[in-house]
Amino acid sequence: MLTMILKRAAMAIPSLIGVVIVTFLLTRALPGDPAAYFAGPAATPQAIQEVRVKLGLDKPLIEQFGRYVVDLGHGNFGNSLTTGQPVLTELRTRLPASAELTLLGLLVSILIAVPLGIIAATRPNSLIDHACRLITTLGVSLPVFFTGLILVYVFYYLLGWAPAPLGRLDVFFDPPPQVTGFYLIDSLIARQPEVFMASLKQLILPALTLGIFSLAPIARMTRASMLAVLSSDFVRTARASGLSSYTVIVTYAFRNAMLPVITTLGMVFSFLLGANVLVEKVFAWPGIGSYAVEALLASDFAPVQGFVLTMAVMYVALNLIIDVLYGLIDPRVRLEA
Amino acid sequence: MTDIAATPRRDAALTALVRHARYVIAENPVTGFAFVLFVLIVLAAILGPDIVPHNPLTSDTTQALKPPSAHHWFGTDQLGRDVFSRVIVATRLDFFIAVASVALVFLMGGLAGVAAGFFGGWTDRVVGRIADTIMAFPLFVLAMGIVAALGNTVQNIVLATAIVNFPLYARIARAEANVRREAGFVEAARLSGNSDWRILAFQILPNVFPIMVVQMSLTMGYAILNAAGLSFIGLGVRPPTPEWGIMVAEGAAFMVSGEWWNAFFPGLALMVAVFCFNLLGDGLRDMVDPRRRT
Amino acid sequence: MTTAVPALSVEGLSVDFRTRSGIVRALDNVSFAVDKGETIALVGESGSGKSVTAYAVMGILDPAGKITAGRAMLGGLDLLAAKPNQLADVRGREIAMIFQNPRTALNPIRPVGRQIADVLIRHGNVPRRDAPDQAIDMLRAVGITDPARRAKAYPFEMSGGMCQRVMIAIALAAKPSLLIADEPTTGLDVTTQAVIMDLVNDLAKEMGMATIFITHDLALAGQRSARIVVMHAGHVVENAPTEELFKHPRHPYTAELIAATPDAAASLDELASIPGALPDLRRTDLPPCRYSERCPRKIDACVQPLPRSTSASGHMVACWNPLPERIANAPTESAA
Repeated sequence: MLTMILKRAAMAIPSLIGVVIVTFLLTRALPGDPAAYFAGPAATPQAIQEVRVKLGLDKPLIEQFGRYVVDLGHGNFGNSLTTGQPVLTELRTRLPASAELTLLGLLVSILIAVPLGIIAATRPNSLIDHACRLITTLGVSLPVFFTGLILVYVFYYLLGWAPAPLGRLDVFFDPPPQVTGFYLIDSLIARQPEVFMASLKQLILPALTLGIFSLAPIARMTRASMLAVLSSDFVRTARASGLSSYTVIVTYAFRNAMLPVITTLGMVFSFLLGANVLVEKVFAWPGIGSYAVEALLASDFAPVQGFVLTMAVMYVALNLIIDVLYGLIDPRVRLEA
Repeated sequence: MTDIAATPRRDAALTALVRHARYVIAENPVTGFAFVLFVLIVLAAILGPDIVPHNPLTSDTTQALKPPSAHHWFGTDQLGRDVFSRVIVATRLDFFIAVASVALVFLMGGLAGVAAGFFGGWTDRVVGRIADTIMAFPLFVLAMGIVAALGNTVQNIVLATAIVNFPLYARIARAEANVRREAGFVEAARLSGNSDWRILAFQILPNVFPIMVVQMSLTMGYAILNAAGLSFIGLGVRPPTPEWGIMVAEGAAFMVSGEWWNAFFPGLALMVAVFCFNLLGDGLRDMVDPRRRT
Repeated sequence: MTTAVPALSVEGLSVDFRTRSGIVRALDNVSFAVDKGETIALVGESGSGKSVTAYAVMGILDPAGKITAGRAMLGGLDLLAAKPNQLADVRGREIAMIFQNPRTALNPIRPVGRQIADVLIRHGNVPRRDAPDQAIDMLRAVGITDPARRAKAYPFEMSGGMCQRVMIAIALAAKPSLLIADEPTTGLDVTTQAVIMDLVNDLAKEMGMATIFITHDLALAGQRSARIVVMHAGHVVENAPTEELFKHPRHPYTAELIAATPDAAASLDELASIPGALPDLRRTDLPPCRYSERCPRKIDACVQPLPRSTSASGHMVACWNPLPERIANAPTESAA
């Protein structure tokens, strides 16, 4: 098992190298001159040139790349031009916000999509089956920011049930003392139930938006996988042995059907990382997505580099976790290696 | 390579295709509905600017933010422009983006993929590495980066969408080329003196097309969502160009304060278009490979 | 046939399948019985409906299949009319089934010991704690060496023969009174085939269990069963004690089947084949006797609905023009 993990990790390295190179090139190609920005609006061309030399921007691209890699190795992601803060620190502060949102959204999605897919598969061509197919096709067609806006309009403006989409916490509350950075967890640790409720209220709409977005591929894959497994030989044997419905559907069928669904989760997570950016904009969420967009629009390339790199690394790490999970469930993978 | 013999065969194949299409549509009315919707979208794209009641670009601040009425079916936006006209006119741009992205990625990914599958060796490895690198990024994030780096023009949006979908098309094309590498018609083409590249472009790629057609329909939907998403965060089309995504972005702030029509109708148009392409893709999948029906 | 209540009595079973290209009348008026402790064989070429019969009786027909008529009496219970939870109780406990392709018929991601334990807990009134040990006992009973270690193994780690033994263990765990074995030895090598068949026979004798052995291999059926039921295109055409069937086959199809069965001494040239093919069961104009279109003994009477005549010795044949009783020479002596 360990060998399998190490092998997979090793295979990810060339991709990561590619990511670093591409990120570097992309951000160097950003419009705008950071030296001019840094030097200030009243600077003379000479002053700008001095700043450029100081920032090392006059060196050949290869050398800049070399320095970039060396800096990365030391954990130095550079500083943001707009805020002056080290990128790494800002990323670290903002990451939990995005992570909490994304994970909650994924959870909501799984809780709805998986049972829906299972029921649709056990009752083919029923009303629920058609409803499932309709919902999944609709879900894939809705732009995620549109869903967010509609939810805000209905639940905040029309019904007044949800709070204003102004970030993680209402102004009246202070964030709980930092342990994980997840407000839900930290507020429970600090025994602040009001803060817990307040953060939950702010989380509901954006998490629901992300959940609706990722509902479709998960439900679709669960349904297809369950359909295939339910008609397999070993389910027939289980039925012929008179095992209870629950045992047949859950213990025998679903555990096997889960395997492709888990692989799908990797792809879904990749979409979610992208959708995160859009949702954070709609709900004014202080995550790394909104951080990156602001930096991008300001041609502040260090945060953008840091953001893209972080996302790619997270994605690689996630795929590794999924492989491990897969190996835990499917003994053929870990024993046949 | 006589054309005389090819024509009756081609005609027969065409009628068979039409008959099969009619069978699938009869079997599954949803596909028929999607097809009708598709035709409507194309009509709106082609005729849009000529049939709309108001000029999509004229602003009239005295008429700003009026709700839907008999005069302005979809209401007016913050600059007093007629939302309905803007939505219809935007169809042309979004449809163009969809079609252009798909055409580009088919050519890029398709050629790279068939080359990788056909030649193997280094070509295969290089194409594979490129695809892996692209896939290591969350795709929307990569699109953001590309458009930000190259500038937000329609061409760059199309390019970004094509690049982001490149790995998928390369993979499908590569698999198909692998299968056909030893096929008879390839041998025949080679023997009649065609260079490898001509074979790739004119023999293999066209054969890969039917299989890709399903994916291409789905990618059209994705391309529109992608462009809309980019516009929403300010990396897409620039105002005052009517494009569904940017209209939603401009209307977003007003949604929170109750003027819903500004963002709602373009968003609805987005949804309908993408829904149509997805249904069409499913229908095409039924036509091309009924085994893979979900 | 004794007058005692049979273990299973199938009466007039008819099954239709709804498909895209029409309704397939897979089974038409199938009737036969198995006595307690008796081993019978259900024999016929591929597509004759042998497996469909078994699946219908077990209640595991494909959703496209519909039972249009008939009863399957297991003791006093009609399996075809029973409610799903009644059936689930009976399956595994009173009537069990083993399948071909044993490796795919087992859950690939569950240790085999647990698969046996699942049945024990469900039907065997075995407390959860004791089930794993009893599962190991079952593995030993079916002849698997080092059963304690094997119980934790997965199907992909075992040979085909071992997987089939596991399947037998699963089927027999709750000591059913009837076992249906659907081509259990297809795909196994000849030595393993014999060993598996011996195992089933021994266990059946030990437990007083009746067995229905489904196969396309007439020779195999002849070796292992007391009575053979011959099926063709969804009909039962002949039903007789084994020796009687081979010595005096009465249905023309049975005779051809016997002639087509290879024996060790015959050469490839001597191998007879049965002319024609199974009729298309989707036809609405199927003749009452589905063999008539390929039958060399067809007469005018054959357009009438099938008769069924049973001799005193329990030899049933469904034919208007059967081979005469007590014919001196059967078409080809087989090594049955």
